[in-house]
Amino acid sequence: MTDPAAVESAVADAHRRGWGIVLAATARLARDLDLAEECVQEAYAAALISWRRDGIPDNPQAWLTTTAKRRAMDAMQRERVLRSKLPLLVEPEETHGEWEDAAVNDPLELAVEDAEDVVPDERLRLIFMCCHPALAQEAQLALTLRLVCGVPTSDIARAFLVPETTMAARMTRAKKKIVTTRIPFRVPRSAELPDRLRGVLGVVHLLFTMGHTAPSGSSLMRSDLVDSSLHLARMLRELMPDEREVRGLLALLLVTDARRATRVDDQGRLLRLEDQDRSRWNPSAIAEAHGLIVDALRAGPPSRYVLQAAIASLYAEAPTFDDTDWAQIVSLYDALLVAWPSPVVALNRTVALAMVAGPATALGEVERLERGGALAEYHYLQAIKADLLQRLDRPVEALRAYEAALALVDNDAEREFLDGRIAALQRDR
Amino acid sequence: MAQYALLIYTPTVRETDLNPDELAAHDLHARAITESGAMVAAFALEPADSTATSVRGDAVTDGPFLDAKEVVAGFCIIEAPDLDAALAIARSNPINQQGGGVEVRPVEGGFTADRSATG
Repeated sequence: MTDPAAVESAVADAHRRGWGIVLAATARLARDLDLAEECVQEAYAAALISWRRDGIPDNPQAWLTTTAKRRAMDAMQRERVLRSKLPLLVEPEETHGEWEDAAVNDPLELAVEDAEDVVPDERLRLIFMCCHPALAQEAQLALTLRLVCGVPTSDIARAFLVPETTMAARMTRAKKKIVTTRIPFRVPRSAELPDRLRGVLGVVHLLFTMGHTAPSGSSLMRSDLVDSSLHLARMLRELMPDEREVRGLLALLLVTDARRATRVDDQGRLLRLEDQDRSRWNPSAIAEAHGLIVDALRAGPPSRYVLQAAIASLYAEAPTFDDTDWAQIVSLYDALLVAWPSPVVALNRTVALAMVAGPATALGEVERLERGGALAEYHYLQAIKADLLQRLDRPVEALRAYEAALALVDNDAEREFLDGRIAALQRDR
Repeated sequence: MAQYALLIYTPTVRETDLNPDELAAHDLHARAITESGAMVAAFALEPADSTATSVRGDAVTDGPFLDAKEVVAGFCIIEAPDLDAALAIARSNPINQQGGGVEVRPVEGGFTADRSATG
């Protein structure tokens, strides 16, 4: 008998780290997402009992994968006649057909796996399938959380602020589309890879942003989304070690998240960068990001996430707000605008520009962007404009801009922050 | 292998004014897909705006169903191993450079009678 608490923590750990591997391997065998999910869930439940009796195996992931695959095989044999009529996941490679028959008819393959504790890593196939552009982006986010990270549907529903039944229906629809339209269970060919990888990185980044600044609702952060996105970024880094943008994204998430503890005060109120306690930032995350950024910059011309990470890292590495290397940040923004022309980037650049060239120059840029119209619904534009006007001692216009920002914001913590700024302005007058 | 229908949409305003070069691009593309073995059937339609007639229930009306900005100008059935392959063929359709686009739909079932359209 192994200590139940030790078993529970081993299973929890294997769930956090291994769910994606076990599910992907099982899905490849079963070629049916629902069946695979069910078998993986059963394997984890079986582990709780079996590991208590027989001890925790040396390679928990291999044990779970073998168990889940066995269950899938049993189910497939039981329902062979029925299943042959249902559409299955497509995995259109040379080995197609061969592995399928071998795996189903010949238990040798599993025996070999048992002996060597080898778990083939199919997670990349799973990630690219979940993030296929033929699926709606919200479905991509939800499927990735459920299938790759193993987050329960109820938790995903809570994170997206929809009822669980709505989320479950959304996922069922997406899985049906995968099967009916034959979205392949495959890593894209090299010609498609850059585009598709951009999509995958976009999903991971969006999950992080959603978690980091929840677009609406009462708490500023939903840390489970942040944790899942960091987990995904690390997974991608491990699976695609040569992709510079993968390194850049991981670095960006690490360095942004290093400030997690200080973004709000004890009352949950939003704190500005200059008011945050730098001693509470996570130095090891900042250092890890720094290493990734340096490596990525050495490896080739700077790309979007690498540059974003480099900018965030410069903010994070300055010993004090006033010691921030603003000129360097402006020049990184200039490079970023070339790699990724976006009005949001141009707006963020104005914040650093104000520190280098003064608030009047920066305000000119903000007003030019405002006239462009692309950021009309973006409350940060009005908030930045208000701050610049205030520094230029134009309180009436600043007040008007803060009010415009307030009208566009959905997050309670950000609303409270803007309310505070408005109150302070009115007090000073 | 699976079959997909590619519905080729064109802006209503452009339906009748493709120039000879643009038309030639479509012929070339259709030939390439046919030679690759992926083409099952392909049809170009007369302009919706002047020739479509809609039937719904007992009612017959002039014109296509929806007074949309885009109409179906043609369609083809292709065979492809998976959605990515079908999307690659859809993406290579010249209509994408002519203001239109392609909707990709998996075929659920169907048959063809042994005769071809004549014009």
